[in-house]
Amino acid sequence: MDTLPPGDKITDMKERYRSGVLKYRQMGYWEPEYEPKDTDVLAVFRISPQDGVDPEEAAAAVAGESSTATWTVVWTDRLTACEYYRAKAYKVEAVPGQEGQWFAYIAYDLDLFEEGSIANLTASIIGNVFGFKPLKALRLEDMRIPPHYLKTFQGPATGIVVERERLNCFGRPLLGATMKPKLGLSGRNYGRVVYEALKGGLDFTKDDENINSQPFMHWRDRYLYCMEGVNKAMAETGEVKGTYLNVTAGTMEEMYERAEFAKALGSVIIMIDLVIGYTAIQSMAKWARKNDMILHLHRAGHGTYTRQKNHGISFRVIAKWMRMAGVDHIHAGTVVGKLEGDPAVIAGIYDTCREIYVKKDLTHGVFFDQPWASLKRMMPVASGGIHAGQMHQLLTYLGEDVILQFGGGTIGHPDGIQAGAQANRVALETIVKARNEGRDIWNEGPQILSEAAKWCRPLRAALDTWKDVTFNYASTDSVDFVPTPTPA
Amino acid sequence: MKVTQGQFSFLPDLTDDEIKMQIEYALNQGYAVAIEYTDDPHPRNVFWSMWGNPMFDLRDPAGAMMELEACRAEHGGKYIKILAFDSKKGWESVRLSFMVNRPAFEPGFELVRQEGPGRQLRYTLRSHSTSRAPVSEPSL
Repeated sequence: MDTLPPGDKITDMKERYRSGVLKYRQMGYWEPEYEPKDTDVLAVFRISPQDGVDPEEAAAAVAGESSTATWTVVWTDRLTACEYYRAKAYKVEAVPGQEGQWFAYIAYDLDLFEEGSIANLTASIIGNVFGFKPLKALRLEDMRIPPHYLKTFQGPATGIVVERERLNCFGRPLLGATMKPKLGLSGRNYGRVVYEALKGGLDFTKDDENINSQPFMHWRDRYLYCMEGVNKAMAETGEVKGTYLNVTAGTMEEMYERAEFAKALGSVIIMIDLVIGYTAIQSMAKWARKNDMILHLHRAGHGTYTRQKNHGISFRVIAKWMRMAGVDHIHAGTVVGKLEGDPAVIAGIYDTCREIYVKKDLTHGVFFDQPWASLKRMMPVASGGIHAGQMHQLLTYLGEDVILQFGGGTIGHPDGIQAGAQANRVALETIVKARNEGRDIWNEGPQILSEAAKWCRPLRAALDTWKDVTFNYASTDSVDFVPTPTPA
Repeated sequence: MKVTQGQFSFLPDLTDDEIKMQIEYALNQGYAVAIEYTDDPHPRNVFWSMWGNPMFDLRDPAGAMMELEACRAEHGGKYIKILAFDSKKGWESVRLSFMVNRPAFEPGFELVRQEGPGRQLRYTLRSHSTSRAPVSEPSL
């Protein structure tokens, strides 16, 4: 591999624009001296160059292909302020412990992007470049979105603070459950499960990602029976309850129609799937803000590109885009449940959802300081293979501004759905109370739950049924930097 | 029925010592503690009567417990809750809320279903406690 000095950019303009093919770094996409501006959009990619391609050239190629470049020199560049529009790879670093992989840092001028458009942002950043042949693999690890650009986005329609005010629920995680079986129930049977779970003590129930309008249950039927369940449970508990009515459909027109019906029935929340696409998500977020609706996002499909470390997009970037796009809830991992979730990675994602300023922390996979410019906080949702016996771990890992969703862990309770919901609620309140009292819930959690199970039979049954259930598999998405031990 | 609003309504009623510990936690977080009461716990009745302003300068939970005692003495037959307000940037709202008193008998709510076009229903929750004519001057 040839090694050009850092300043290998061709500065003689006649030479630079001679027709033919140049290396990307000769074209000006590798600028190791570049100091990113406060207004730049920054991205860090994990690059795996093909054999014989040096990392600086690969980084320059990513910068080029995600901004102005094409494969050959074009004279029409000279009609533009091309120096300004070129993305600039300004740093490459070897990935610790990974042969053949580098982190490439790239800066993009703000003027490369249309305001308020995730579609436009992503068409550049993850557009052509992911299929580029000189790279074996490419992964977008993190981004820094400057406040100047953030402020062109609506952000979460409702946000954590206003959601809690509307639900009249403070100081504890919210509780939910996804209705099971996810396919096949009639509207009436489905509404029964909603009612039982809410009456038993949950705040929310949820449609699953693939419940739309199938032959066994059309959407209007589902909405009508669900709202009967919600209102009946509210009357019997005095609490505000909700059910995420999935409005995902084949066209925007159908989604709006479903959302309007949900509103007419008095639902406090609707839901969409990630697979509807970024533009549809932004449209629904605008609709939700305009109609006082909480907007839940189910991240259906993300595992196809977030899970493998060498190629795709880190979920923390997706979470960032979704906070900009304007959803209120996002599934963000459980650590202890059945789905992918390394604790350090999850901490970085939860911070991205909830904090108003996220500090760079490589041990959490966060590569940049990210001020959120008063975009509202987005509520993370923990769902998938969690149960009441893990409540102390869930509160420790995930904090109190989270929705804990126990689907099987509610509906699969041996004494019925209400008992399952009650067990989860009692476990939750018990652990929150103990934490506030200053007890060490991480170590004393099982004992604290056992004490409560003495007076709460459903909790006893839940603890007995699921006591040995854990999902101890190695995470495929982990962080590359470990905290350095500091001498005491 | 039992109104289960608040953080701890699924647990046995908190003792005064337990309430004090929660207040201490709120004060340690820098929150301002407040007491509110009502006889109408409708889920959308947001503005319960305030037992004074939030206690912004309170440092000792004992002070809040004395206020709670006084509130109970006057409104023992009503719902009373403790709230904690957080003035930090980006929150500026309630961060804790739990019941510390409830009437011996909780009348609950009637669910009124008004039939609309198609199969649509318009739901109204009516508090039994407010659907009766007042038997005396309502106290504020």
